[in-house]
Amino acid sequence: MSKVVVITSGKGGVGKTTTAASIAIGLAKQGHKTAVIDFDVGLRNLDLIMGVERRVVYDFVNVINGEATLKQALIRDKRADGLFILPASQTRDKESLTKEGVESVIEELKSEGFEFIVCDSPAGIEKGAYMAMYFADEAIVVTNPEVSSVRDSDRVLGLLQSKTRKAEQGDVVKEHLLIARYSPVRVDEGDMLSLEDILDILAIPMIGAIPESGSVLQASNRGIPVILDDKSQAGQAYSDVVARFLGETVPHRFLEVEKKGFLQRLFA
Amino acid sequence: MGLLSYFKKQKQNSALAAKERLQILIAHERNAHHPHAPDYLPNLKSELMSVIRKYIEVSEADVNVQYEEGHQCDVLELNIILPEKQD
Ligand SMILES: Nc1ncnc2c1ncn2[C@@H]1O[C@H](COP(=O)(O)OP(=O)(O)OP(=O)(O)O)[C@@H](O)[C@H]1O
Ligand SMILES: [Mg+2]
Repeated sequence: MSKVVVITSGKGGVGKTTTAASIAIGLAKQGHKTAVIDFDVGLRNLDLIMGVERRVVYDFVNVINGEATLKQALIRDKRADGLFILPASQTRDKESLTKEGVESVIEELKSEGFEFIVCDSPAGIEKGAYMAMYFADEAIVVTNPEVSSVRDSDRVLGLLQSKTRKAEQGDVVKEHLLIARYSPVRVDEGDMLSLEDILDILAIPMIGAIPESGSVLQASNRGIPVILDDKSQAGQAYSDVVARFLGETVPHRFLEVEKKGFLQRLFA
Repeated sequence: MGLLSYFKKQKQNSALAAKERLQILIAHERNAHHPHAPDYLPNLKSELMSVIRKYIEVSEADVNVQYEEGHQCDVLELNIILPEKQD
């Protein structure tokens, strides 16, 4: 059985690509044959975050147009067995993604025995985002603890419930909320929406919260998805997300302010 | 109240304000995108507003008209936040 998972958000820059890269690596490391597709046609970035930018020859649109075979376009990841990356085209626009084209690629991946097909959605709610979510069985909605991001996530949840193939068939896309760039200190100060606030408003189950962490930037700089940095909190939080996605019960971590130092206690 | 706790209070307000604004806005938007919401809702709301204002001083944001589709019946919910008592 294959599962199509879309990583989506509405708002841009909230951590979708970071999440798609880490989850794809995590799933493959757990022994699941996984493909991750960059739907951000025209602004491809997944290749950079995954560190395979120099190995891109053909892309998603080439495959849809029959200019390359899927086998030729898939980039095999050297760090995780069974992980393949399908980059987006840098030169075309999102109109190159047709429903039939996307469907044929997804069907071929399924028939090749891919267990998970992770779709990294572009920002917005236009064609690219629509194509990324249309064939999804499950959705990970990435939100930042910030008003505009939460509002956009709510919009996207509405689309998942109405504009997907599952919805058209009277079925539901399973929704997970992933809160990225969470800062317990700022929540504690009353300056940032808390997990409870966000869950209250969006009312879908949370698969995890990724703390705001400098190691995410370092990971992108090096092209090594942060989940592979097992010393960083963000990396560990992503490992937990993968475990939960695979059905394990894992307690949430890094949601509380760390023990205060002497100076902070003095002023508390 | 110490200076530090004063600042802390100020900040608490910002997350709280964010949450309250979002709750109102999102309830509103969910309505707008509701596929079966009756199209008289906006008119109903503005007429309700003028009636309510005859008696109470409320702003647009304090009046919330919500349409919910249920299994047995649909529900039209009217929520008015009354102004705080002056004392
Ligand atoms: N947990 C985190 N801590 C710190 N920085 C983060 C975190 N998650 C993401 N970022 C940073 O946020 C920025 C946007 O991340 P990313 O590219 O993954 O977002 P995106 O949602 O895919 O953006 P787009 O909508 O443009 O595709 C990047 O600079 C990334 O390093
Ligand atoms: Mg992205």
